[in-house]
Formats: sequence, structure tokens, C-alpha cells
Amino acid sequence: MNAVIAVDVVGLGKTYDGFTAIRDISFSVQKGEIFGLLGPNGAGKSTTLRILITTLRPTTGRATIFGHDVIREATTVRRQIGYVPQERAIDRFLTGREHLELLGALYHLPKSVLKQRISELLKLVELDQHADRVAKTYSGGMKRKLDIACGLLPNPSVLFLDEPTLGLDVQSRLTIWEYVKRLRDQGMTIVMTTNYLDEADQLCDRLAIIDHGQIRIIGSPQELKAGLGGDGLTVTLEHPTPEMLERLEHEIRSLSCVRSVHARSQGVHVRIDAPEKALVAIMEAASRIGGRIASVEYHRPRLDDVFMAYTGHPLEQPDPVSSGSSSL
Amino acid sequence: MREYLQEILALTMRWVRRLSREKFSMLFTLVQPMLFWLIFFGNLFQRAADTQVVQAPNYMSFLTAGVVVMTVLNNGLAGGVDLLFDKENGFLERLMATPIHRTSIIVSRFLFVMGITALQILVILGVASFFEVRPATGIPGVAVILGIGMLFGIGLTAISMAMAFSVRSHGDFFSVLGFLSLPMIFLSSALVPLAAMPTWMKTLALFNPMTWVIDAVRPLILSGWDAAIPSVLAALGLLLVFDALCLYGGARAFQRAVG
Ligand SMILES: Nc1ncnc2c1ncn2[C@@H]1O[C@H](COP(=O)(O)OP(=O)(O)OP(=O)(O)O)[C@@H](O)[C@H]1O
Ligand SMILES: [Mg+2]
Repeated sequence: MNAVIAVDVVGLGKTYDGFTAIRDISFSVQKGEIFGLLGPNGAGKSTTLRILITTLRPTTGRATIFGHDVIREATTVRRQIGYVPQERAIDRFLTGREHLELLGALYHLPKSVLKQRISELLKLVELDQHADRVAKTYSGGMKRKLDIACGLLPNPSVLFLDEPTLGLDVQSRLTIWEYVKRLRDQGMTIVMTTNYLDEADQLCDRLAIIDHGQIRIIGSPQELKAGLGGDGLTVTLEHPTPEMLERLEHEIRSLSCVRSVHARSQGVHVRIDAPEKALVAIMEAASRIGGRIASVEYHRPRLDDVFMAYTGHPLEQPDPVSSGSSSL
Repeated sequence: MREYLQEILALTMRWVRRLSREKFSMLFTLVQPMLFWLIFFGNLFQRAADTQVVQAPNYMSFLTAGVVVMTVLNNGLAGGVDLLFDKENGFLERLMATPIHRTSIIVSRFLFVMGITALQILVILGVASFFEVRPATGIPGVAVILGIGMLFGIGLTAISMAMAFSVRSHGDFFSVLGFLSLPMIFLSSALVPLAAMPTWMKTLALFNPMTWVIDAVRPLILSGWDAAIPSVLAALGLLLVFDALCLYGGARAFQRAVG
């Protein structure tokens, strides 16, 4: 199969009155894949997406959608894309159906096609029962689904999703993951942002880890985890002092079976080659510095290890359920 | 061209629909506060106002022109508010990501604000005629009043939209609005004729486009064509310059905001 490049981004940068939000962002997305931008708050994910959907001008670099430049051929690009913004961009006084009808007129869809398409979409996002209620009576999850229906209305070749499941309950998240996969299977290209590790891991075919406006690494979740090599070991001490942690880190670093060590607030995180040897050596190191081990956790490489390895800090995870007050 | 019109129509219908959904603001749009000015102050100051000074049979007939133009002022200056909210909640960005002509949104807003303003002017003139205040120039005069009102409204709406696109928060927007609108009213011939003002006030009022517009509308209501034509022409000339400046500023602000 010959790979067609759907989205090509080269050396993109954006400076807001002196503040550099993103710098030298380059990646390309193949047709029919789900590509994710994973990063913490303020990393520059939305900024990157806004440039791709032609609503923000980059300071440097260029980007094309199926070969069309997002600045010079903005209108052509706009005909091929759908966009689901991070904030619920909903008009509280319009019904769900009226949102879709408005967009239908703006995309100049023929009346007969539009009617059919609207009812299909409303069914897809399970809003058909609520289509004629004004949006201010919708729950957070329903608004999100309407957002997604709006993004899908033009039947885009590339769909841009900015944090599609932020603040949703578990059930709604899973439903949205299902849609996204189904769309990909039908040949749609999807570019999404997220700051959920599990979402990046389970949904994205490939992803870029972005931190402080720069891309740290790009690959499929499997590649990234395998590329890390070695398993992870998290050792937590009982009431450690900062000096103890520093000495422990130093002791462990000198061990031969250890690849890398990172301090955490209550202990250390270690990448190891041979678990049988390393485990004993690390326990000995802990007792040498007089620390009492509270817990040891052993795991295969995970995406958070990848994140840690390439950015030098863990990705703080907003709790998907409690961070938003919405439900279905 | 057909596509452009379709976009404008769809976006204008959105404003109309929103208004019809907001029962409260619908009520206040139809039974506007400006009517209270007309009826309340028209009667209240009836005895205080000297008919020699206002050069009108009664204060209410003098005040009608001012109330018409104040309506244009209020609607125009508030005309950008909904775009500001669209900008803040991301709806504007959603619209901008669609392949519409960039100006459709702006044009739809002008159409809506002008349409509502025209309706309100007709309501005010209708209520005034109920109090025996009838334009001396008849129906053609009403048409000219509407025309002048629209021309003034376009510039004001452009200012409001320019502000909506440039302010950082809607708090800023509303403070500038409050700061602008009262002096625009008091330092104009809306409530008191220029002749009755102290010199300093008269000088300021002459720099206020409100004064020029009101002084063109007033003779259309009170006197007749002969008295009105010179001031109507003066107002038209001034409004062309005013609109050109406001539209230029608005276009700049819009370009900066959405590229
Ligand atoms: N209009 C703007 N003016 C100035 N700075 C901005 C603007 N928009 C974004 N920024 C800054 O650029 C940086 C990147 O913002 P961006 O919204 O792209 O982050 P993000 O990765 O989407 O974060 P989040 O996960 O919180 O949505 C942030 O530091 C932000 O404060
Ligand atoms: Mg964001």
C-alpha cells in the first residue's frame, strides 16, 4: 500500500507578542491514520491545531493538507477539513439540528443531501431524541457530541479534534473512541490532541509527544514503548528526606543492570534490564542508605515512561471523571 | 455570489433566531427603554422646557429626533456584543474554519442590527404620532430618517465590532461602551438645542456626529423640506466620512483578529 500524506507540517513556529508558544514543529500524517499530539496543558497543542485549520497564522514554517497550503490555499483547505474545538463552541440558543443546518448552509450542501446527512449524524451521536431542544438544555456530554457532529457535517477528509474527551465520563469517552475508530476505518484521517495517556495509547495509531512547544518524539505507541527498552521499577520509601533520595539515586545509578534513574517525590523510578538481578541490588542500595521501602512496583514499559524519558517529567493526569461535571 | 448570499442569509437568520429565543431581550427590544425616554421625559420636561428655546410646539416633538438617534446609537454601539461572545466561546473560530467568505459574518451582523434599528425607529415614530407628533415631511421624510439612521448605525456598529475584535475581555468592552455612550448623548443636541448650550458645551457638541445627525432628523419631523434639506446634506456628507473611517478601522481590527 502506498502511503498518501494527508497532513504535512514543516518547521512550524508561533510567537504571541514575544512569547514562543510552539517552535520548529514538524510531522506528517498519513491518510487514514489517527495521529495524536500528546502533551500537558500549555504545551502548544491547540496552537498547532489552529494553524492547521487555517484560523491562526504561523510565525514560521508551513503546513499543507493534501498538498494545499494552509495560508495560500486556505479556502481549499477549509473545504476538506472538519474541526471540533476544545471549548464547547455551541450557540446556547440554537437547537442541535439548527447548528447542523447552519453549517450545512455555510458548506453549501444541497438540501436533499443535507437533510439525510443531518439525521444520520444525529443518530450516530445519539442526539436524535434531543435534536430540537435548544443547546443550553444539553449536558456537557451532549454538547460534546453535538460538537463532533458539527465537525463531521462536511464529511471531511481530515478531522481535527482538540481534546475530544476532556471532562467526559468514562462511558462517553469510550463511545467517542468508538466513533473515531469507525471513522478511521472508513478512510478518514484524524488529527487529535489529548493529555490523557490512555487515550493516546489506545486510540492513536501514531503520536507526537509535545512539551513546552516542541516535539520530543514521534512514533506509534508500541514503537515508543519498545524503543525505551527495559522494564520499569518504581520504588517508594517511607518518609524519605531529600538527601536520602539523592543518595539512593546515586547508589542505583552505579549499578550495572540499571539503564536510568529518575527521582520522584517519595522515591525513585528506575529502568532496568534484568529484573531478577536488579530487584535485589536496588533493595540492597535502599538499605545501605538506611531507607525503609514502602512499596515496589514493577511494570512493562508504559506510555508514561515514554513521556518521562523524553520530557524529563511525568505528565500530570487530570482525572477524566472528576475534572468535568458533565455526564450523559 | 449565490453562495455568498446563502452564507449571509443563514448567518443573519441565526441572529434573528437567537433574538426570538431570548424572550426577555425580545421584549426589551420591542418595548425599548428609548420609548420611556420619549414618553416619560417628553411629558416630564414639558413644562420646564421653553418652547421658544426648543423651537417646537412642545418638548416631546423636540425630543423625538433625539430619541430616534439615541436608538441608533445604542443599537450600533451594542452591535458587536454578540460577536464578542462568539469570539470568547469559540463559535467564531468554528465559523472561521468553514469555507465561507470572511466578510459574511460581519455583513450578517450589519444586516441584523440595521434591520432591528429600522423597526425600532418605526415603532418610535408610530408611538410619537400617537402623541400628535407627526413628521412634517410625511412618508418620504420617514424614509430619509431611516436612511440617515442606517448610515450612522453602520459606522457605530463598525466601531463596536472593531472593539469586539480587539478587546481582551468583555469587561473591557462594556466599560468602553459605558464610557462612550453617555457623553455622546449629553454632549449633543438630543435633549437641548445647541442654541441653549453654554459655549464650551456647544463647541464639544459640534464635534459630536450625534448632533449633526439629530439636527438633520429634527427639521424633517418639525419643519419641512425647506428647512431640512441643508442639514440633511450636511449630515450625509459628514456620515460618509464617518462611515469610511469606522469601516476602515473595523476592517483593520477584523483582519488582525482573524487574519
Ligand atoms: N492568543 C494567545 N495569546 C497569547 N498566548 C497564547 C495565546 N494562545 C495560547 N497562548 C499560549 O501559548 C501556549 C500554548 O497554548 P495552547 O493553547 O496551544 O496549549 P495546549 O497544549 O492546547 O494546552 P491545553 O492542554 O491547556 O489546551 C500557552 O502557554 C498559552 O498561554
Ligand atoms: Mg488546548
